Amino acid sequence: MPPSSPPRLIIEAGRTERQYWQDLWRYRELFYFLSWRDILVRYKQTAIGIVWALIRPLLTMIVFTIVFSNLAKLPSGGVPYPILVFAAMLPWQFFANALSECSNSLIVNSNLIAKVYFPRLIIPISAVIVSFVDFLISGMILLGLMVMYNFVPSWRIVTLPLFTLLAFAAAMGVGLWLAALNVQYRDFRYIVPFIVQFGLYISPVGFSSSIVPEQWRLLYSLNPMVGVIDGFRWAILGSSTSIYWAGFLLSIALVTSILASGIWYFRRMERTFADVI
Amino acid sequence: MADPVIQVNQLGKKYLLRHQQTQPYIALRDVITNGAKSIARRVLYPRRSHTKPTREEFWALQDVSFDVQPGDRVGIIGRNGAGKSTLLKLLSRITEPTTGQIRLTGRVASLLEVGTGFHPELTGRENIYLNGAILGMSKVEIKRKFDEIVTFAEVEKFLDTPVKHYSSGMYVRLAFAVAAHLEPEILIVDEVLAVGDAAFQKKCLGKMEDVSKSGKTLLFVSHQMGMVSQLCNQALWLEKGKIVQQGEPQSVITAYLKHGFFNQQNSVVRSAAITNQKSIFIAAAKTLNSLGQPATEFGHIEPIYLHIHCVIQQIKADVLIGVAVKDRLGRKVFTSQTAISPHINTFRAKNLVATMAIPANFLTPGQYFFLISLHIPKVEVLDELDEICEFAIADVGSEFSMYEGLDYGCVFANCQWNLDMLQE
Repeated sequence: MPPSSPPRLIIEAGRTERQYWQDLWRYRELFYFLSWRDILVRYKQTAIGIVWALIRPLLTMIVFTIVFSNLAKLPSGGVPYPILVFAAMLPWQFFANALSECSNSLIVNSNLIAKVYFPRLIIPISAVIVSFVDFLISGMILLGLMVMYNFVPSWRIVTLPLFTLLAFAAAMGVGLWLAALNVQYRDFRYIVPFIVQFGLYISPVGFSSSIVPEQWRLLYSLNPMVGVIDGFRWAILGSSTSIYWAGFLLSIALVTSILASGIWYFRRMERTFADVI
Repeated sequence: MADPVIQVNQLGKKYLLRHQQTQPYIALRDVITNGAKSIARRVLYPRRSHTKPTREEFWALQDVSFDVQPGDRVGIIGRNGAGKSTLLKLLSRITEPTTGQIRLTGRVASLLEVGTGFHPELTGRENIYLNGAILGMSKVEIKRKFDEIVTFAEVEKFLDTPVKHYSSGMYVRLAFAVAAHLEPEILIVDEVLAVGDAAFQKKCLGKMEDVSKSGKTLLFVSHQMGMVSQLCNQALWLEKGKIVQQGEPQSVITAYLKHGFFNQQNSVVRSAAITNQKSIFIAAAKTLNSLGQPATEFGHIEPIYLHIHCVIQQIKADVLIGVAVKDRLGRKVFTSQTAISPHINTFRAKNLVATMAIPANFLTPGQYFFLISLHIPKVEVLDELDEICEFAIADVGSEFSMYEGLDYGCVFANCQWNLDMLQE
């Protein structure tokens, strides 16, 4: 694809390249190749391969159902508890995986960063894409559960892509911050597993957020995953769940600002990644 | 003349060196001890310099300016740490300059390391696609050149084997093959051809010559002077982050090699304690170039002078000074000797200076050192120094430069050849 006139480029200290977003587009195939590499490599030399992507969420769902429904006897609002758990498990696992992969992605690919130029944003984004593929695979479990419990979703299911987008943005925003910080301060390597573990308990994964007392709901919505999970339940479970709209809008605002600031911080740091990493 | 494709103006790159800290990254603990205020400052303005006693500024490149015309093949030479790799990193946008400006016209591809982004678990086929994409090729482009790449790398049989099972030679061949099929206007290559066997090296050189013949611009870093003089039409000599000389390769390389006196390893000076009881001993020795300057690196077209200083405490008859040149494996290449007794002509003078000249175009490129001895043949060794005054000979464009790095003997022999066609 020889351009009619050769591209001109000026490299200077602190110059924000106009070509950055063009470059991102020009390297769009690299998103695909990096994600493809990570997916391919992940299940090489494993006996059951991609089945692992199904087993892990399935087992977690079973444990959560037993603990929260059968032992803790939490209310489900008339929905089969496995579906209630899984509707939340799906975005949560996506968020958790994407976050850990994303925050480590630059370190793992440090040899690329030190030796080749391409827009650095590609690395964390393709890490999130890899987790998204897992998300789609475990989505099949949800379909299986719906068939098993003879559960027919309402029209709201068509809004699911919007909430998926929100989950994507949340994972991306936090992930970009952590990825960029991780290059400078490796301490974040230890902070991320902690966030993921902690987040599982403070997010409404094993239970419905309706059990949170009304006066605390807005505060509770400061956790951006609360909005995402509530949205998923609202879309999948239908009329049996209601959404706390004030909290949901707060989540959207929060996710948007985290994503915007994440991109901003990443862009300002990426010029020195090769020197620091 | 067309506009330059690369214009570099007052380019500089500063690094902050951290002392007493082994990790290249910053530990959060250090930041926390600096107080919350400085955390905010550091997170928000990480590129502002923080005055800390443990930090030292280091300019890897300073005030570098040059132009490259389209179709030029520029060889960048200099010692380790001269800033060559930093320059390439700036040109290929991997890191940002601290000062100055670079103007590039055309698509740039850089090859700073062979096989960047290769994944050991993936097969050869998969790695070709991955590596191609990383270097900036589109999928269609890779597909079109796939067969050519495979043929060039000679790995047809192992395409579906994970590269972790490849021999290192195959790995390098495949990696270079992908990079060699990039079609940029400007190709930047770091010292990557030093790997691979001779036949493949030659193939790579051929490919790079093709690249430059098709009007593309090549920037090339190498320690192998023969390669630079063979391939390039321009040379750029960097030293401590600055350009020392640029121009026609032969003269730049010769000047670079003459500039050997930074290194004092080439000389030997002996202390009195060891030599007190000796009747005659070698006090010092060093290698000099044709200008009489101490040097350790020579072009193969330069004569080498070994300067020996002897001290005579007691006059003896029939003393010879013998010098053997050994190659890096310790094999003697040749020995030369001369009688010194006839030159000892006065009672007072104690110091004798001997200079031996090794002719130009004689030793082949490589590392050599000396064995010097003072002896009376078949009677007594009066003094001997072995493995001293190491020096290196570099190829500055001999007929054997294509075999650089290989063993084709220790001396250039100017043999007579006679070829005749036999009549049937």
